Amino acid sequence: MNETVVTFFSGSHPYQVVTELLTRYLGFNATGLLTVVTFFVACFVIVNVMALVGGLGTYAERKISADMQMRQGPNRVGPFGILQFLADGVKMIMKEDIVPKDSDKMIFFIAPILCMAGVFATLAVLPFSSGFTLTHLNIGVFYLLGVSSVVGVGIFLGGYSSNSKWSMIGGMRGASQIISYEVPVTLSIIAMVLLGGGLNFKDIVGAQGGLPHQWFIFHNPFTVISFIVFFIGALAETNRAPFDLPEAESELVSGYHTEFTGMRFAFFALAEYVEVFVLCGVAVALYLGGYQVPFELSDTFLLHNKIGLPLGPARILGQLLEVGGFVSKTCALYYVVIWIRWTLPRLRVDQLMTLCWKYLTPIALINLVGVAFWVYYFDGESMWNLIFKSGAAAAGGH
Amino acid sequence: MSAYNLNVYMPVVILVAIAIVMVVGALLVGKLLRPHNPTALKEQAYECGEEPVGSAWSNFNVRFYVVSLVFIIFDVEGALMLPVAVVFRKFQGIGNGAVVLGSFLLFIGILVSGIVYCWRKGDLDWVKSFTLNSYNEDRDQIAESKTA
Repeated sequence: MNETVVTFFSGSHPYQVVTELLTRYLGFNATGLLTVVTFFVACFVIVNVMALVGGLGTYAERKISADMQMRQGPNRVGPFGILQFLADGVKMIMKEDIVPKDSDKMIFFIAPILCMAGVFATLAVLPFSSGFTLTHLNIGVFYLLGVSSVVGVGIFLGGYSSNSKWSMIGGMRGASQIISYEVPVTLSIIAMVLLGGGLNFKDIVGAQGGLPHQWFIFHNPFTVISFIVFFIGALAETNRAPFDLPEAESELVSGYHTEFTGMRFAFFALAEYVEVFVLCGVAVALYLGGYQVPFELSDTFLLHNKIGLPLGPARILGQLLEVGGFVSKTCALYYVVIWIRWTLPRLRVDQLMTLCWKYLTPIALINLVGVAFWVYYFDGESMWNLIFKSGAAAAGGH
Repeated sequence: MSAYNLNVYMPVVILVAIAIVMVVGALLVGKLLRPHNPTALKEQAYECGEEPVGSAWSNFNVRFYVVSLVFIIFDVEGALMLPVAVVFRKFQGIGNGAVVLGSFLLFIGILVSGIVYCWRKGDLDWVKSFTLNSYNEDRDQIAESKTA
């Protein structure tokens, strides 16, 4: 049985009372109706939070880059300029909507929708916590890989439909870059699936622990390299610097969204920032222990029996602790992504392809063999466990 | 056999619907707020002030096509390896570790031979290597085809 946000809430007492009341007054079994409503509310909340994250992402990018270049950054709108993204949004929506005369109007309209739909669909499996994840699909990782590729289609169609040379080159580069880097990313993820023993994010996160030595990144020497390969690939898939060739402003003006104005451009930008957050979240879930909290502090049993909280608040508090753990790790990675952007210069196209096909893909393949042999010979034990065990055996021998 | 509950895919549908409504809704709301006075110059494709010559939908570099062909092979391999990776530890748990490791290595072997082949053929080089020998060979071939 797959767990969803609904199965988490339906275990609680108020939910069952509401179901009973609705069933009595409406005259039919309200379980299905309440499932739909709960899913809808949960989706709405997560979409709004992620839109906020995207907006704050643009603010963070500008503020951190300003910090690195000893500038002020946005500091006029709201305290410390934190409302800058809202002002930008208002400006975007007031801008004239210019559609090039020679463009393919239909595809021009569809391209931002594809980008947004692809990014939002990935939110369905992003594991914020064990209970608050929208749905723990049993094909979670596979689904995420597939759906996030839709963004690439949106970028390519955006570049193609504009009928502008800059857009065309940007879209072509974006498509080739995204599909190329999908290979090392997929191979790195397969290694983690092998360790976790399932495609479900719950299985993979559940196989890890709250402390760094229980995370998959430090499971064995190969997984450290696997994480680095995955992170570089994720940067390239989201078109972040140093891989921002599709929108290289010094050569392609603005790349695939040169011809997009106002809100259409805003949606491309929002999709990009949310996708960076999603891929950081996936990296956290696969390698950095996901929503696991150190010493299992989020355990309902612990909060209920040892600390004495009532059962309902104990469950909610445990989930919130897990969300906190996940989001703080993800934000730390987000900072690293921005940091890389303002540190490294952009690659050339041939360097980009050489890095992907001649370095990352062979390294990822060797990693996969290494992880498979490690699991086979050491029965999936992490290197720390092996060290502890051999230490204990040596101590016992004397 | 229990019937699989398709309810778990409901968030996917809702999220995609929200994305579509969000884009279309924002464009419709914006229509009430934004100015609309198009001119012929505004509707041209942007080329840094130059007048665009011809359409952008022309023949494009074939290298992108080669990349996508190589990608398809590798991605299908990746999709086929995922199930093997999922059952790896379960097989090992029931004592069939060698079998699953062997099949896993078989898959990886096919992938490695594929990448070695592409590398040798020069399909992974973005800029095709250009040597005097290959130039002379090409020139000789062209000369032969002309005389024939």
